Amino acid sequence: MFKNFPPEWEGFTPGRWSNTSVNVRDFIQKNITPYDGDESFLQPPTEATKQLWEQVMDLSRQEREAGGVLDMDTSIISTITSHGPGYLNKNLEKIVGFQTDKPFKRSLQPFGGIRMAQQACKAYGYEVDPKVVEIFTKYRKTHNQGVFDAYTPEMKLARHAAILTGLPDAYGRGRIIGDYRRVALYGVDMLIEDKEHQKATHFVRMTSKNIRLREELSEQINALNDLKKLGEIYGFDLSRPAKNAQEAIQWLYFGYLAAVKEQNGAAMSIGRTSSFLDIYLQRDLEKGLITESEAQELIDHFIMKLRLIKFARTPEYNALFSGDPTWVTESIGGVSVDGQHMVTKNSFRYLNTLNNLGTAPEPNMTVLWSTRLPLNFKRFCAKMSIQSSSIQYENDDLMRVIHGDDYAIACCVSSMRVGKEMQFFGARANLAKCLLYAINGGVDERLGIQVGPKYRPVEGDILDYDDVMQKYDDMMEWLAELYVNTLNVIHFMHDKYSYERLQMALHDRDVKRYFATGIAGLSVVADSLSAIKYAKVKPIRKDIEVKDKAGNVVSITKNVVVDYEIEGDFPKYGNDDDRVDQIAVNIVRTFMDKIRKHHTYRDGVPTMSILTITSNVVYGKKTGNTPDGRKQGVPLAPGANPMHGRDTHGAVASLSSVAKLPFRHAQDGISNTFSIVPDALGKNTKIFAGDLDFDQLAQEAFNEESE
Amino acid sequence: MIYGYIHSTESFGTVDGPGIRFVIFFQGCPMRCLYCHNPDTWKIHAGNRVTAPELLSSYERNKPFYHHGGITATGGEPMLQMDFLTELFSLAKQKNIHTCLDTSGICFQPESSGKVDALLSVTDLILLDIKHIDRRKHEQLTGFSNQNILAFAEYISSKNIPFWVRHVILPEWTDDKEELFQLGYFLGRLNSLKAIDVLPYHDMGKIKYQSLGIPYPLENVPPVSQETAISARKQILSGMKKYLQENDKKKLTFF
Repeated sequence: MFKNFPPEWEGFTPGRWSNTSVNVRDFIQKNITPYDGDESFLQPPTEATKQLWEQVMDLSRQEREAGGVLDMDTSIISTITSHGPGYLNKNLEKIVGFQTDKPFKRSLQPFGGIRMAQQACKAYGYEVDPKVVEIFTKYRKTHNQGVFDAYTPEMKLARHAAILTGLPDAYGRGRIIGDYRRVALYGVDMLIEDKEHQKATHFVRMTSKNIRLREELSEQINALNDLKKLGEIYGFDLSRPAKNAQEAIQWLYFGYLAAVKEQNGAAMSIGRTSSFLDIYLQRDLEKGLITESEAQELIDHFIMKLRLIKFARTPEYNALFSGDPTWVTESIGGVSVDGQHMVTKNSFRYLNTLNNLGTAPEPNMTVLWSTRLPLNFKRFCAKMSIQSSSIQYENDDLMRVIHGDDYAIACCVSSMRVGKEMQFFGARANLAKCLLYAINGGVDERLGIQVGPKYRPVEGDILDYDDVMQKYDDMMEWLAELYVNTLNVIHFMHDKYSYERLQMALHDRDVKRYFATGIAGLSVVADSLSAIKYAKVKPIRKDIEVKDKAGNVVSITKNVVVDYEIEGDFPKYGNDDDRVDQIAVNIVRTFMDKIRKHHTYRDGVPTMSILTITSNVVYGKKTGNTPDGRKQGVPLAPGANPMHGRDTHGAVASLSSVAKLPFRHAQDGISNTFSIVPDALGKNTKIFAGDLDFDQLAQEAFNEESE
Repeated sequence: MIYGYIHSTESFGTVDGPGIRFVIFFQGCPMRCLYCHNPDTWKIHAGNRVTAPELLSSYERNKPFYHHGGITATGGEPMLQMDFLTELFSLAKQKNIHTCLDTSGICFQPESSGKVDALLSVTDLILLDIKHIDRRKHEQLTGFSNQNILAFAEYISSKNIPFWVRHVILPEWTDDKEELFQLGYFLGRLNSLKAIDVLPYHDMGKIKYQSLGIPYPLENVPPVSQETAISARKQILSGMKKYLQENDKKKLTFF
């Protein structure tokens, strides 16, 4: 479709990417320079980088002292073009652009929900301009309003009791990765041309599905035109392709910046950019246009910008996620489908920012790990992990089979082909609480109210495994249906009132949509069922007072199981013991199969994740005592982790239990948070004298003697 | 079928031999070293009763992790359960697994070495803990003389079994420069010695004593710094060099 080979592409090997269609993967495959060497080429920060970073550290300190937020927009509604340019120090910054007109100033994003925006402002002593509030209550409906208009009473109750948790019904759903590389490679004009072509060749019969897509394509084109304007605001012409590395990084970053100016999604990931950008850096280095130090400086400044992405969020939101995460995940490395690894010098440069700018949780550097990555890179990763504890690893050998070699991770574990697949983020169902509902016949163990269906509760003095399993199966059946339906409402409304027009403009027209669900509390469930099966678990019943919002007792629910007495020992998940590990495997498969039974919005392909990296703390607070001996309020284990302290056979056994969980039933990802003290990783070479060479010792002795 | 008595296993051992290792803690030990950090492995005929194939099946399941490692028998004192240990290592060798024995050498009796020979034939590496070079101080520290231990060191060296020497640095007990030098001087003659592993004393075992209700013998002894360990290593190495200078003229004249 492209008429000519523009001068900006000079030096690149042409291919389908240049003469057939938008195809970043093909560009990478034709032009990548894999690197097998070590990290010795890496450069320290330049003076400009140090100076800018000092400024950032100073602003961070001010922000902390101001109580967590330094400045907030209260009247300008954030859009791609809403703000003038913002800088740290225009003369020093090689890569520019902030979400508002200055760094550390949080933007106002009311499209997800005006109440959330108001609460976020209020929590930090600001107030949203009453005119904006009026617009978004009287004249312009938000995603949040739409969702609550459609929710059933049952959905609201499940949300209130926290058996469904973290639902994106009041904020941006996130987890959509625009292919920001397209902006650099093609320039915006070619992308608009492509989108116009997509629109012109789409079905003309006006079904609601086709009307919706036509409208979306128009929205996408509008967003791309706005993206060009964003470039103009900073003095750049994004209509054409980037002609060098600095422009490529800048163009790509503007694509991302436009996305975060309009979406405060729970996870706004950047994609798989390092080896793509390496092609531009390599071309400039070969032409002698830049030095290695300048190449590193460009990356340092780019990463610095990604570290400064900030959203206005409520304290409750921050509590849920243990901080203020943006999940700017960058996927590094991996292997291509022909077996060639895709590590480049730029993979090293990205990780080197942890040296040059110090450690940081964002951007979330994620190494797509394969046994076939070059040894030097593996060593460097290990070294940087020990030094920074800031690197995430994911199994490329597993994911490549499903997504090929141009996928990236959204949030922490959700894999998708960049620009070709997206997902509807689905928070998670609390399976630990679901087990308690099975035991209590749908009565919530904390609130005393009927949340689930009024099934028969367990009877008797000792829990019977088969009886509990049967009841649990029924309760999961109920939960899965309610869960999928709730998500259907959310995603319908998000598309309607807070559509990600810029991110979707950087996708193909016909994308594959994953319908991502998630579960929390897997290890608690596995251990609880193991306790019921292998030890004796005695339920303890109590009457619970049901209170209204004001705290007045309105009724009393009799005989609710609120605690458990365990007699004897039982196998615990995390010790490579199949007796309990297979229970966990079975739960994952069973719940996923139940999810699969239901209609999903826009024919989304259902997937599931086991990944609560931080929210397990809050979920634990809302989950009563469990039959494994865990007490109410104690955090659930993060992700697929064993419960804290119960894995007693060392790391390999613990990881092996996790590795048994079937990826095909948890395709949206399985996470395991791993910490270890450095001394447990091996011998300190300063103390340990290995490979003693008697000849050498003798020579040393001889030398000392003759001195 | 021979049964072994095992305290526990560790699936990710990185400090008890080369690579990542499956570490088996044997139950039972005759010695009572002051700085022992595993008092829960002292008692004999306690622990879990297991067979060698059972233990190795745990290893085999996670084999890819142990690519450059193997199994390590430690404890407790593994050589107390000689028959079981030999069977475990024989079976491991059949499966081509690297075997490593962490021992104090206390069970060695020079006059009857037949069973030891059988064990050594299936042992790839020995980690020998020499607690003290001085016989009397060794007795005070552990309750036993070091005579058989030093004999064991010489015996395995004569059989050319690769071994590492481990030595814990405990303030006022094993940190004397002259004694460390003497230890090195002794090691200088052991040709199959491959490494020296100096272990700074730590008090992480204290909590185990508390839960077992045993008074902790080193209540007021502070953990040893890395610097102290480095200088101790230096002392041992210079003792070795001294021996080589005096005795191994052949190597020296080579230069």
